Amino acid sequence: MSESVSVRVNGKPVTVRAGATVAVAVLASGATCRASVSGQPRSPLCGMGTCFECRVAINGEPQRCSCQVLCEADMEIEANG
Amino acid sequence: MDSVKHLRFDVAVVGAGPAGIAAALAASDSGKSVVLIDDNPAAGGQIWRGAHNAPRHSAASIWFERLNKSAVQIVRGARVFHAAKGELAAESDDSAIQITYGKLILATGARELFLPFPGWTLPNVMGAGGLQALLKSGLDIAGKRIVVAGTGPLLLAVAAYARKCGAQVIGICEQTTRPRMARFGLKMLLVPGKAAETLRFAYDLRGIPHWTDCWPVAAFGNRRLESVRISRQGQTSEIECDYLACGFHLIPNIELPRMCGCRLRENFVDVNEYQQTSVAGTYCAGEPTGIGGLELALVEGEIAGYAATNWEDRAKHLFAKRARYQKIIRILKDAFPLRPELKNLARPDTLVCRCEDVPHESLREHGSWRAAKLHARCGMGPCQGRVCAPAAEFLFGWEIDSARPPLYPVRCSSLAAIPSHSAPRNQLEVPDEVERRNARNHHKFRSKRKS
Repeated sequence: MSESVSVRVNGKPVTVRAGATVAVAVLASGATCRASVSGQPRSPLCGMGTCFECRVAINGEPQRCSCQVLCEADMEIEANG
Repeated sequence: MDSVKHLRFDVAVVGAGPAGIAAALAASDSGKSVVLIDDNPAAGGQIWRGAHNAPRHSAASIWFERLNKSAVQIVRGARVFHAAKGELAAESDDSAIQITYGKLILATGARELFLPFPGWTLPNVMGAGGLQALLKSGLDIAGKRIVVAGTGPLLLAVAAYARKCGAQVIGICEQTTRPRMARFGLKMLLVPGKAAETLRFAYDLRGIPHWTDCWPVAAFGNRRLESVRISRQGQTSEIECDYLACGFHLIPNIELPRMCGCRLRENFVDVNEYQQTSVAGTYCAGEPTGIGGLELALVEGEIAGYAATNWEDRAKHLFAKRARYQKIIRILKDAFPLRPELKNLARPDTLVCRCEDVPHESLREHGSWRAAKLHARCGMGPCQGRVCAPAAEFLFGWEIDSARPPLYPVRCSSLAAIPSHSAPRNQLEVPDEVERRNARNHHKFRSKRKS
């Protein structure tokens, strides 16, 4: 098993350690996860699937809690913060 | 297209943290079929997050090894969103899951209490446990400046962990008083098995300032955190930092127990000596019965697992051990009561509900949590009030009294997969009182929507 995994966040390649969550990849890319209903940038708060602040689109599927999804090779992550 | 899985087990355990793992293993000792269901990608809960890859963590690795060798079926990445008599409904990435069970063990754990202050919604302001969870999930913070704030022993654990990950921990802001903190340290030294841990934290944290009577009053930054203003023994000062890890101790996850009809006492699940709730055949273990930490969760889980499989003798043998660790609940309660000043941190425009962006000023006028939901949409977003309801309870003294299905936002196909005989018909009906209020406020609603 490789030690790292590469994904794209808003089209930008990001490499994280194998087993890292999508939330970690978004933070590593410098992006923020989502825009709130009034347009504020938001990123993870609870880190455990409770607060829903880390929602992103993963491979086209919107509203995924990025702290509960593991990075897989070539994942396309869209973070709209 | 989503599939629907139907599973049938003698014992269903919800939550694969230490309590759930211990419960599942104890229940499977008797040869009963056991399912362990959790919403995270791996078992371990929060304290053992990522520990299945780290054999050095001795306690965790022994439990993981037992779990892997056992007949317990683990369902990962699935959120339980509905419970009706003898049945659970869950949703995973690609399917709806129906679980029929004989006995149910709830080990839903705890989450952090977050309190609103200006700037708390800025990216890189996280929970204390939140930062630790992200570190365990692979976040690199080497060289980053971190302020840890809030209250409770978790702050010490997080600061120690962040330092080990290469972060520069600038300080720990603990809202409790110095005498309470000192008493806490002394009392923990007297709990069997806790002395070593307490001393290790003291060693790991050497050189990091630990400020008592200290809390964050505001966070600043342009699109992400740049600095935090803290109040320390009456004086305010500003600290530049990259992350603020802030949590005000733990609150139990009681949404599912509440939906199951379990009686609560002071917001914790009321259980008897066999960890059985007020609902026959439904047990609860770990933090939902009282915030007491890892060792208590493990022993409560074992007792619940044995009791659920009619092995009372084995359960009884563990009562004395449980009693030793139950002392911790009281020690924590005494050490970290929230100070009233924390109620005044939010300004009128500070958001309380982060899902629906509801500010403090829109909430004050309402007399109850329900009214705040109906009129201001507080707690009506995807987290369903998991963050703002406990905050509102502290800020306004409102009682949070309902848990409605679905417990999480789910796909329509998952809802449709719930069999009609267990559909939450009664619970979805609007109670008379609310119906009347709705009728009264109908005009108000419409005019608000238009504006």
